[in-house]
Amino acid sequence: MSVARHWRETPGRYNLIGVKCGNCGKVFFPKRTLCPECRRSSMGKMNAYKLKAEGTVFTYSIIHDAPAENNSIKPYAVAMILTDDDVLITGQLVDVELEKVEIGMPVRAVLRKMSEDGETGVINYGYKFAPKN
Amino acid sequence: MRDVAIIGIGTTKFGEIWDASFRDLGIEAGLKAMHDANLTGSEVDGMFIGNMSSGRFINQHHIGALIADYAGMASRNVPATRIEAAGASGGIAFRQAVMAVASGMNDIVIVGGAEKMTDVTDEATNSILDSATDQQWEATMGVTFASLNAMIARRCIHEKIVTREEMASMAVNSHAHGALNPDAQFRKAIDLNTVLKASMVADPLGMFDCAPISDGASAVVLCPLDMAKKYTDRPVKVASSAQASDTLALFQRKNITTFDATVAAAKQAYSLAKIEAKDIAVAEVHDHFTIEGILALQDLGLFKRGEAGKAVMDGQVMVGGKVAVNTSGGLKARGHPIGATGVAQIVEITKQLRGDADKRQVPNAKYGLAQNVGGTGSAVVVSIMEAI
Repeated sequence: MSVARHWRETPGRYNLIGVKCGNCGKVFFPKRTLCPECRRSSMGKMNAYKLKAEGTVFTYSIIHDAPAENNSIKPYAVAMILTDDDVLITGQLVDVELEKVEIGMPVRAVLRKMSEDGETGVINYGYKFAPKN
Repeated sequence: MRDVAIIGIGTTKFGEIWDASFRDLGIEAGLKAMHDANLTGSEVDGMFIGNMSSGRFINQHHIGALIADYAGMASRNVPATRIEAAGASGGIAFRQAVMAVASGMNDIVIVGGAEKMTDVTDEATNSILDSATDQQWEATMGVTFASLNAMIARRCIHEKIVTREEMASMAVNSHAHGALNPDAQFRKAIDLNTVLKASMVADPLGMFDCAPISDGASAVVLCPLDMAKKYTDRPVKVASSAQASDTLALFQRKNITTFDATVAAAKQAYSLAKIEAKDIAVAEVHDHFTIEGILALQDLGLFKRGEAGKAVMDGQVMVGGKVAVNTSGGLKARGHPIGATGVAQIVEITKQLRGDADKRQVPNAKYGLAQNVGGTGSAVVVSIMEAI
């Protein structure tokens, strides 16, 4: 992936910055220009909003058949997290024993290495989720 | 708007077809459909081609021109349009063609669907499938297409909508039918244990919960219903074709245990055809993963929420059951050359409504339905065909 393609998303990837609709108050992640509920009435009112970095596991899977770049870490867990803002977000689960992952498990966002562009390329960072305790 | 009829169908075998290229497959299916419709080729005035990712599978874009050329249509300057909607590419290409004929813009249209998947490695194929998700906020996070469906499955089991065994029985059903379809990739029945004990792909989904990687192409020919008898004694009427969208990313949904786009497309399709779900005798549903098949049965209204799994387990979706589902073998056993799938579903329903489905024939079927899905329910097309 090009450097710019990751770099332009760093507010979302590093700090879970989404948007809150100034019209209806709903929160969205990642950022979007238009509120899907309010549409035109939300124009210019989609304000940056930092998600609460804590939530619970809504659903999960253990990946055994992994993309090439993740072959060294398989099997690994991915999940949809329901954050305390009532927003769903998808990410990898880390620092957890795979057999202990369960729906409802409290987690928090952590900043981790996502990928790297070869041995000499840029290292990309972003959010993953770890058990809260 | 004019009523539209299917006057010709054709398909290649699905599977790992090493000796056929993308264009070989597309032309074979198209020629069979033209032959079936008793056309010489000079009657065709429009072409639509469903294909997800020739650009990444064979490094070839611009396949409208490619297929028009090799089908002998470029010399007649017939317009050819490629449609991409991930897994729903074929079904939406069909719907575009139906609209072209219904509107009066075209008279004789050929719809093809094709994908050549085995010219790249399995790893590359998975990466291409992952591009049907939200690349920036799902795939980039290490999530695979299979794991998104696994997370739907996990949530459905948690909410007691379906059990693991009921889900697995969807694959048993598709394989039982696939064994009777000479064009299917897997012509072999399997039992529940085979599905349950298969190696894991994305827990809880194993190898036998997932459709295979396949090469293949299918085609159908359409014309106005009132012209159909000129070409064939056995036209099948397109009663309706409806399409709906949903969010690209699964995590943007309010509810991941139903595909709202299926519900919306089905509602419109039934309404346009002036029928209800109970009138459907045979259906082809998009079982790329077993859980998707279960959701389809509920979202199409064929079974109540929470009852589809048990119905599959009890054999109610076999030929001879309440409604025969995936008589072709479905994506699981017929195979899933992505862009071809939506058109292959129409081919199977047409065979059923003509009475040409041999050992898997549903007796006296009047209405047949095809449901084709792109991504994790982000684009869905539902078409209903009627025997006349």
